[in-house]
Amino acid sequence: MTKQEYTITVYTENQIGLLNRIAIIFSRRKINIESLNTSPSEVDSVHRFTIVINETEDVVRKLCRQIEKQVEVLKAYYNTNDEIVWQELAMYKVPTEVIASSVKVERLLREHGAHTVVIRKDYTVFAVAGQREETDKLIKVLEPYNLIEFVRSARIAIIKASDGFHEKLKEFEYREPGEDAIENEFLNENEKVFSM
Amino acid sequence: MEALLIEKENKSATPAIQVSGSVAVLEAFLAEGVDTVFGYPGGAIMPIYDALYDYNDKLKHILVRHEQGAIHAAQGFARVSGRTGVVFATSGPGATNLVTGLADAMIDSTPVVCITGQVFAHLLGTDAFQETDVINITTPVTKWNYQVTDATEIPAVLARAFYIAGSGRPGPVLIDITKNAQLQLFDYNGYQKCEHIRSYRPKPIVRKEYIQEAAQLINAAERPFVIFGQGVILGKAEKEFQKFIEKAGIPSAWTIMGMSAIPTDHPLGVGMLGMHGNYGPNVLTNECDVLIAVGMRFDDRVTGRLDKYAKQAKIIHLDIDPAEIDKNVKATVPVWGDCKETLPLLTELVEQKVYPKWLQLFKDYQQKEVEKVIQEELNPTGEVMTMGEVIKTLNELTKGDAVIVTDVGQHQMVACRYAKYNKSKSNITSGGLGTMGYALPAAIGAAYGDPSRTTIAIIGDGGFQMTLQELGTIMQFKPKVKIIILNNQFLGMVRQWQQLFHEKRYSFVDITSPDFVQVAKGFGIPGKSISKREELKTSLQEMLEQDGSFLLEIMVGKENNVFPMVPQGRGVAECVLCREEI
Repeated sequence: MTKQEYTITVYTENQIGLLNRIAIIFSRRKINIESLNTSPSEVDSVHRFTIVINETEDVVRKLCRQIEKQVEVLKAYYNTNDEIVWQELAMYKVPTEVIASSVKVERLLREHGAHTVVIRKDYTVFAVAGQREETDKLIKVLEPYNLIEFVRSARIAIIKASDGFHEKLKEFEYREPGEDAIENEFLNENEKVFSM
Repeated sequence: MEALLIEKENKSATPAIQVSGSVAVLEAFLAEGVDTVFGYPGGAIMPIYDALYDYNDKLKHILVRHEQGAIHAAQGFARVSGRTGVVFATSGPGATNLVTGLADAMIDSTPVVCITGQVFAHLLGTDAFQETDVINITTPVTKWNYQVTDATEIPAVLARAFYIAGSGRPGPVLIDITKNAQLQLFDYNGYQKCEHIRSYRPKPIVRKEYIQEAAQLINAAERPFVIFGQGVILGKAEKEFQKFIEKAGIPSAWTIMGMSAIPTDHPLGVGMLGMHGNYGPNVLTNECDVLIAVGMRFDDRVTGRLDKYAKQAKIIHLDIDPAEIDKNVKATVPVWGDCKETLPLLTELVEQKVYPKWLQLFKDYQQKEVEKVIQEELNPTGEVMTMGEVIKTLNELTKGDAVIVTDVGQHQMVACRYAKYNKSKSNITSGGLGTMGYALPAAIGAAYGDPSRTTIAIIGDGGFQMTLQELGTIMQFKPKVKIIILNNQFLGMVRQWQQLFHEKRYSFVDITSPDFVQVAKGFGIPGKSISKREELKTSLQEMLEQDGSFLLEIMVGKENNVFPMVPQGRGVAECVLCREEI
């Protein structure tokens, strides 16, 4: 089995220490986390982790089961890149005088869909939301123009086939969870959300 | 979480009374049926100990000599009683001393709730005296942990702690309570047990279609083989399991942790699996056509080399923990669920059968093992005693009714290979973590777990020296623990490996021991040391008849090896019976 990029989406309770509990599942197995984001989810009180790793499917499936085993984790899904819509946000700080004096720079920024976040006398900050290659490209482009600072956020991802977590959460809140809450990966049904 | 806790408390109708956080902890214990606590006081847990002073009539507190002893005792208690063991320790070193026991309880799925004191909340993160980040230190070795900084959280958090520790696949839980929360007075509305946590599913739903598939495979099998682990005991499913194998007529072997779930002389019981397990079950794992694994996790000490493990067989795996399915061995049919529920469903669907030829094969292998290993081990022709003959003689005296607690190493393997058991929860040992020093404190806990039974700790000369301070606990509280030290004057298992795999380069395995009998005497425990076969039976008898604890040191052969053995890196079928075969 070959390694590829997988995006793991974890729905959890909002609990101090849970980030560590999830992170050590990877570090214990000497697996590098490429990117990790925590945010609220579509459901009030439910938290959402988005984790990107480069691994084989077999390993990713086992990792997801270990994640789901944690008491405060509701559900973990894993998806390949073509099963999700994903973005990262990048910010670039460049000297304002370069922007002002070079028409070329302005054109480049426009081409890359950058928008201005702040303009000061000494520097200007641009932001681009997009995929890795796109934000990487703009670094290359801006490097000759004295790029002062660069930062990129973790990946956030929407699962194409997901109906959201509202209905699923009801299952969890029942005393006896229904079948849907206990999806069985052995059925390997890839139709809807591919769940572990 | 906080929102959840508040909601829970409001539901209660009991009128509020003002109590301290410490009292709330003890009230929670009483509500959970706790009667015995193993612990050690210290600065940060003093408010709880102060409250304990008034609960002396309801809660028995056993003062251990080291916190590691407290948690091993709680483990022994839990394993014998089937209830949750409870521990108190202070912050800092008190808490870090629990880590080995937590790791042991985690890997062996033992339900334990540890309460640790912590510095005042306002001192957290300031490197205060005896402050340590116990939550982060224990995260990898607990099923759940939580830090309480506000007393109002205590009833609901403890309810969760007991629920999580004891349900599903059991495990250790640690609750760290800051000193201010222990002292804080709050409106106490009574204690409500926790029965549901929305993000936690202790028992997966049983999928009928897999039970049917499993039954079809079993019914079509010609050489089915059952291997079972502690899941049968933890699931309190011994009867259900026995009914299943008896109806299906399938030969069954146990892992070290599953041992005693069925009587060791059950006609379908074919012995122990694993690196030093029995010959037949290891070799025939690679000859069965359907392998039915019940409540076990395919540990590497059971499977040997995975790519040579049961490749010919269809595998049915019954487990309560979904993460275990396919973790090491790919299941053909996964039957996840509580085996107390799944086994009867399966029993209903399997046909009544017997496999006389197949069962005979196990007996044939057993015969080979008797000839090459067991005969000499149990009835040695040499002058020095063997560990095996000690266990055999002990069997004759206990008739298989005792609880046997073992440490880690050669004596553990020999005891588990030859001890007879009639009752479940009789074999207490550190299986997954292999914690030397486990047996003495665990035996103390076991003696409290079921005082009606005889508790015998069998320990090596090395392991005994790791936690022998717990003799002080025995001296003070007088649990009746019979201690057998099998002294081969070596760290025997490591020596065996050095002999077999490192050209007999005995690197630091030669261990000197104190006069154990004198040591015991210092603690007020009678004892005896023997080295002659003629004294064996009478001395064991004397030990068992002693009203109270007794230490019996038995000098055994220095360089005896444990066989059979599946050498590391080999397949189970490459199990060897003697040194020459390696």
